[in-house]
Formats: sequence, structure tokens, C-alpha cells
Amino acid sequence: MILDAKMPSGPVQDKWDKHRFDMKLINPANKRKFKVLVVGTGLGGAAAAASMAELGYQVEAFTYNDSPRRAHSIAAQGGINAAKNYQNDGDSVWRLFYDTVKGGDFRSREGNVYRLAMVSRNIIDQCVAQGVPFAREYGGLLANRSFGGAQVSRTFYARGQTGQQLLLGAYSALSKEVGGGRVKMHTRKEMMDIVNIDGVCRGIVTRDMVTGKIESHWGDAVVLATGGYGNVFFLSTNAQACNVTATYRAYKKGAAFANPCFTQIHPTCIPVSGDHQSKLTLMSESLRNDGRIWVPKKVGDNRSPELIPENERDYYLERKYPSFGNLSPRDISSRAAKEVCDEGRGVGATGYGVYLDFSTAIARVGQEMIAERYGNLFEMYERITGDNPYKTPMRIFPASHYTMGGLWVDYNLMTTVPGLHAIGEANFSDHGANRLGASALMQGLADGYFILPYTIGNYLAQAPLDKIDTNHAEFKKAEDEASAKINKIMSLKGKRTSTSFHRELGLLMWDKVGMGRNESGIKEALSKIPQIREEFWSNLTVPGSGAELNVSLERALRTADFLEFAELLAWDALERDESCGAHYREEHIHPDGEAKRDDTNFAHVAAWEYQGENIKPVRHQEQLEFENVHLAVRSYK
Amino acid sequence: MKLKLNIWRQKNAKTDGKMTSYQLNHVEEDMSFLEMLDILNEDLILKGDDPVAFDHDCREGICGACSMTINGTPHGPEKETTTCQLHMRKFKDGQTINIEPFRAKAFPVIKDLVVDRNAFDRIMQKGGYISVRTGQAQDANNIPISKKNADLAMDAAACIGCGACVAACPNGAAMLFVSAKVNQFALLPQGQIERKERVIGMVNQMEAEGFGACTNHFECEAACPKSISVKFIAKLNTEYLKATLTKNSF
Ligand SMILES: Cc1cc2nc3c(=O)[nH]c(=O)nc-3n(C[C@H](O)[C@H](O)[C@H](O)COP(=O)(O)OP(=O)(O)OC[C@H]3O[C@@H](n4cnc5c(N)ncnc54)[C@H](O)[C@@H]3O)c2cc1C
Ligand code: FES
Repeated sequence: MILDAKMPSGPVQDKWDKHRFDMKLINPANKRKFKVLVVGTGLGGAAAAASMAELGYQVEAFTYNDSPRRAHSIAAQGGINAAKNYQNDGDSVWRLFYDTVKGGDFRSREGNVYRLAMVSRNIIDQCVAQGVPFAREYGGLLANRSFGGAQVSRTFYARGQTGQQLLLGAYSALSKEVGGGRVKMHTRKEMMDIVNIDGVCRGIVTRDMVTGKIESHWGDAVVLATGGYGNVFFLSTNAQACNVTATYRAYKKGAAFANPCFTQIHPTCIPVSGDHQSKLTLMSESLRNDGRIWVPKKVGDNRSPELIPENERDYYLERKYPSFGNLSPRDISSRAAKEVCDEGRGVGATGYGVYLDFSTAIARVGQEMIAERYGNLFEMYERITGDNPYKTPMRIFPASHYTMGGLWVDYNLMTTVPGLHAIGEANFSDHGANRLGASALMQGLADGYFILPYTIGNYLAQAPLDKIDTNHAEFKKAEDEASAKINKIMSLKGKRTSTSFHRELGLLMWDKVGMGRNESGIKEALSKIPQIREEFWSNLTVPGSGAELNVSLERALRTADFLEFAELLAWDALERDESCGAHYREEHIHPDGEAKRDDTNFAHVAAWEYQGENIKPVRHQEQLEFENVHLAVRSYK
Repeated sequence: MKLKLNIWRQKNAKTDGKMTSYQLNHVEEDMSFLEMLDILNEDLILKGDDPVAFDHDCREGICGACSMTINGTPHGPEKETTTCQLHMRKFKDGQTINIEPFRAKAFPVIKDLVVDRNAFDRIMQKGGYISVRTGQAQDANNIPISKKNADLAMDAAACIGCGACVAACPNGAAMLFVSAKVNQFALLPQGQIERKERVIGMVNQMEAEGFGACTNHFECEAACPKSISVKFIAKLNTEYLKATLTKNSF
């Protein structure tokens, strides 16, 4: 396997312009001869489907949700970054580029990140024109806030519902195209596999989640915009249905999977309350603009927070990272929280929680202002915990949140399988080993609106695309495989539910391959995952039949893929024998506890190639060059 | 706590459904309503029975997927709260809870508590957008928008498209849903060009889908988890009237 990033030559700031000029164009009348399948209608997929349909391509879009208005993207709260410099505080494309490369701990491609920073400005223009009601100042201009890992205010937001508003903007654009007959929308259809013909991706196989029917769809190119795999930890902030199936299937059909061990833990989530827990709720990172994080100085101090005097509190982020303080990047804040809890200074019933306290901010700007900024988040917190955060500090703890890893893509967002593209959280491209807050929405929309619609034209203009249809033998083969898998699951009739397997896997992964990792823990996970998988395939029970709406079958199919994928994640964590960003190998830390990168041996992307059932995949490397942002120890002190 | 659940069970769109009773003996206060149903479903699966199907995804009150009527009220007794955000501490030990799908002519039941709400998508396709081709937009700060209007537009835009308003309405009307989108765009300068076509297109589609007429019961606002105001419905009526009267004038 050759990993050619197809990076255009020339200075980083000119690459995208040059590339756009060099790309082949398809004349408008010919575009309608090409059909593109877009799997996933979150921010990335909806934006891409709408934009490509506007350009004239035939588009078919797929989602397992009942409507494209309901992708996981909708839950993003805090905001979206863009290098607009509207605050006149020294921001620029170059600074956003720099912050993102540094924030990612030097494990992303400079060329991609620069392009992302560049188009970030167009995104805000596009969304405002669509009617996205971003927050504004009294003078009528757009308001900004700051987010972790940045010293400028470049985050645009719509109350605490930025993801919702951006997704509804993209959904509106998509709705227009569906209404105009230019996009065919398939809801409640779950992709089961991709279909390659002569080494080129030409379609997908789906399961109709209402009738159970297995169906084939052909296209001239396929785009996976299927989101991240944070639910491999079972408990996460992701939506319930988020899963790895689409990207993992693509991996099994030849697409390299890059950096699966780069998983992000978010520092501000509501702590676990019991075994019944089905998900963890994020409290937006934007809260760290006004909230101060602390734990008691004394071990085992279980007085209620208002009884703990100021001088007996440890504002540990402000103490350890004075210049970034409560706004230190996510990986650093998460580990700091784990560390104080491991010391026995955690708060709440389980001891796995820290305080996020708004009293200073309320005294400074008043309760009304705080309510305006975070009202809905405070309400959500109170609904879930029964506590009122205006009166008593919130309790928070880190949780699995985002996955930087994903399908390997080149500069054109194409995977190692010709014709198969990946955008949004589903690819690995721009965030390196750690994503900065408010940069996922930016990347999803950059890919969907401004990058893929260009690069896919370049592919289609040159690709060897024979006329095919879904009667081709490869489609039948993929359909048969999907049906066989379902039949196998339905025939097991064992004694455990798929949720119980998923939970078992998640706990193991969180414990051994979660926030902190070490060789023996990872090896333990690697020996246990196959055991869980084996039991799954012998002792699972799924009632009903495959030919109807069957929620437990849906879960079982997703869990089956997580059970294989988890092993890939663990292999990657083991072989990346360094710490970087969110990948924290306990063997590799500086004396002050910070992650210790090994640039001599690991300044590369690890891309895994599938070799077959129960065979260890092959790890390929794409070397990363840093010509503009110099490799340095990431410091937020 | 112990609970008795009466749940609507319906195999598919073609068969009739009925209420079925279940007893749950180990419900914790900190559970969300859907986590309580998860526990029931785990029990059912282990017995070889079909688990109760219900739509859900974010479990954070924002995607609008969850859609059940609890003791006669869409999303249950707690104000401004979706089912997924409703917690069991709001119920009493020994209580009986009736759980049904959102009911409306335009929302046919697919299975158990799952209903088809694609009618909302089709309404959106008839004008719920501002036409702006990707890449055409001018700089975002070129058109200032008063904070008041931007905030009001956001109040309307907060709709999560769950359909509780329709389920709560004795007529099965979708006026609150449609008014939210129409008002969001009518409040913004960007929305002016297509203002008339939008309201006419969306209202006509709403009627074609079989949603009922609004007769001012205001049950929709009471049931709305995002407390979208019925004031937007009054504005929608004015918008529609103005648009139909002036659509051919210049
Ligand atoms: C709680 C929360 C808050 C966040 N807040 C922020 C924030 O403030 N700022 C920020 O920048 N980022 C934030 N993020 C991250 C960001 O929301 C996501 O990374 C981003 O929205 C992902 O978008 P996407 O389009 O790649 O995928 P998603 O939105 O996950 O969409 C995936 C789509 O793929 C479909 N799909 C998946 N698999 C299949 C299949 N097999 N068959 C058919 N369809 C399939 C789904 O139906 C869905 O339509 C947050 C994330 C979480 C969890
Ligand atoms: S599950 Fe998303 S709103 Fe309830």
C-alpha cells in the first residue's frame, strides 16, 4: 500500500489555490452524468450533498436517522472557529493554522490544516447567508467567545446550540435540493458495506431499518460522512447510534485506517451516576470561559463545596498552567482532573468528579449575563443532576467525546480505495493527536462545503468509470454477506444482550486504552477483546427477525464491528510508543507529567491495512514534514 | 422504586396495536426515562420478547428524535423537557405510567412508539431555506442584524422538530413547527427575498400532508420542549395573508 498524500508543491499558503487551478473540471452539462452516494447527513454529509447537487451532480444521500435533521452533529454546543479576526485581537489564518498544528501536538499535515484555516472564513459567511442566527453584539455584528487552546476570541456560536443551528442550515440547503429532485434522500437506511469493482469503489449495500430489506446502490463515487467511533468506550458524549460500522467496513474492503488510537476525552462532562447509565452528557467547554475548576486541597475532604474556604481549594489548572488556566487544551485538562481524583481529592458520590464553579463570574458580571451565555446548559445540568449550578458548583469529569483517528485520506479527501472519500469526523485529517474545541464543526463544514465538491470533480473527470448497475456480481456478493451476517446473529439464541457486550467492551477500553495507557494494560486489552468477541458470537441473543424494524439487531450489528475495531485501536495505541496529544502513554512523560513526544521515531501518521480475519493488520507510515510550524514541546504554561 | 408501565405495542404499520402492561421493580431516581425503558428492554430481550421500539439518539434534548406521549402529555409531565431529559425522580414509587406514540394523522405509527415524521421534511423542502449557493456569500459582517432580531430569530430557530406540538394539538396541527421556521427567516434580512414564496409553499404543503387547522388551543406551546411561543403562529397567519394578497404585486 502506498500512502501518497498528493500534497501540492509550493508554499503552504499557496497550495490550495494552486491545486484548485491544477484540478480537472467537468463542464456543467456533463456533471449530471455522474452519481455520487453520500453516506451520512451530519454537518459534513449534508453540506457535501447539498453543494454537489447545486453543482449539478446526481446525489443520493443516506442516514440511519429518521430525518437528515437529526445527526449527531446537532448536539454540538459550544461553537465553531473561524479566523475572521472580527475582534481585532490579532487573529489570522496563520494563527489558526499554527494553533491547530500545535494543539494537535504535531501529528497533522500542515497543508491540510492551512487549507482548513483558510476556508474557515468562508464557512461563517455561508452560514450567515443561510440564516443561521449566530450570537450578535448590540451593534449588530457577530459576537465571539474563546475556547481551549487559543488566546484569541475566534469562536462563533448560537447560544449553546451551535451544532443544531449549523446542521439545520446544512439541512435546509439539503432540503432545497431534495425538494428540487436533485438529491434522493434515503432515511432509516443503514449502510452495511461498500462495494468495490476492479479495485474502485462503486457503491454500497444498505439495510432498510423498517422492512429489513438489503439493497444495493451504485454510484461513480462514494463519500463516507459517517462520524466518529467514540462509542467504542460504550459511555461517551456521542449520540446513541454513533458507530464505527461504515468506516470499519471500508477498512475491511481496503481503505487504510489512520491513527485509531487518537481518541479525545472531553474534560467537562457530567459524571457517571450508576450502572443504568446509557450516555454521558457534555457540558460545553465554553463554560470554562467563566467557570473555575477546583477540588479541595485535602484528601478526603467531603464537606459541601460552599463550606470549603477559599484557601483550602486547589484551582489546579490555574496553578499549573497560569497563562491558559481553565482554558488549557482538552487532553491536558482531562488528565489533570484524573490525576487529582486518583490522589483522592475528587468530589461527588463516586469520587470521580471536580468542581466547575461560577460564583466568581456571577459576582463579576451578574447572574443574568451568565444565564444569557449558558442558560440552557445550566438547565440541562439541573435536569440531569437535580442541582442548581447558579447556587452550587457543577460537578464534572472527563468522558470519551471525539475521535481524531479515522479513514486515511489524501489532500483530495480520498481514501486508499479509489472513488471512496471520507469527510468530517470519519476521516483522520486535520486534528493530529488532539482536536481543539470548536474545530470539528469547522472541519466538517470545510470538507463538505468547500473542499470535497471541488476535489471529487477532479476524480470523476479522470476516473476509469465503466457503466455498471446493481446487478453486478460484486453487489450480489456484498448483499449475500450482509444477509449471512444477519442470519448468523439471529440464529445464535444465546443468553446475553448486545448491550451487555458493548458495555463490557467499553469498560475494558476505558480502563486499559482510555485516558492513560501503558504497555501491559494495552496488552491485557488485546488479550481480552477476542474473548469478548468470541462469547458475543456464541452467546448473543436477539429476538424477533431480520425482516422488520428490530432495534436489538441494529445494536448487535454495530457492536459486532466495535468488537473487531477495538482491537485495531489497541494495536495502534501499543505501537505508538510515545505520548502525543490525547494519546498518553504513561511510559513517556516529562517529569512534570506532560506528554513526551518522540519526533525522531513517531512524527508520522500510522495507517493500518486490513489483512484478513484474526490476522494482525499491517502498519504503514506517512511521514509528516513541519516546514512552517517548528516542532516544539507543546507548552501551555 | 416500583412502577407499572402500560405501553403501546404495535408490530408494524399494517397491524393493530394495543396497550400492554409491564411491572418494573428496580427503577432508580437518577435514571432518565429512556434509561428506564432500556432496563425494561434488556429484560424483555433476555426473555426472548421483542423490546419496545422507540426513536432516540442524542439523549440530550436536542435532536428531536424521542417522541412518546407519557400519561397523556407528549414528552411527559415536566415542562420544557424532552422524554430523554425527563428523569425518574419526577415520578412516584408505585405509580402507573401510560406510554404511547405521538399520535397524529400525519405521523403514522411504524412500530410501537416509533412514528413517521417525514411530513416535516417535506414541508421544509417547500421553502424552509434561504437559497444561497455554496461559495456565493458575502462577508458575514457586511449586514449587521440587530441583536434583538437575531435573538428572536434564535428563539424560533430553537425548534427541534420533534412533533410534540402536533401530538398535543386536538387538531393535529403543525402550525407551531411551520411558524418557527417561517419566523426565523422573516426576522433576518437574508430571508426577505423568498419570504412570500416560503410561507405559501410551506403552509400549502402542511395542508397537503393532512395536518389539521389551528383553532387556538395553545396546547402546542405547553407541550413544546423548547417553549416556542404561539406568538409565532399569529405572525405566521399575518405572513401568510400578506403573502397571498400581494404575491403578484410589485
Ligand atoms: C456533545 C458534543 C458536543 C460537541 N460540541 C462541539 C462544538 O462545540 N464544536 C465543535 O467544533 N465540535 C463539537 N463536537 C464535535 C462535532 O459535533 C462532531 O465532530 C461533528 O458534528 C461530526 O460531524 P460529522 O458530519 O462528521 O458526523 P455526524 O454528525 O456524526 O453524522 C454522521 C452521519 O452519518 C450517518 N451514518 C453513520 N453511519 C452510518 C451508516 N452505517 N449508514 C447510514 N448512515 C450512517 C448518521 O446517520 C449521520 O447522519 C461535539 C460533539 C459532541 C458529542
Ligand atoms: S433523544 Fe434527542 S431529543 Fe430526545
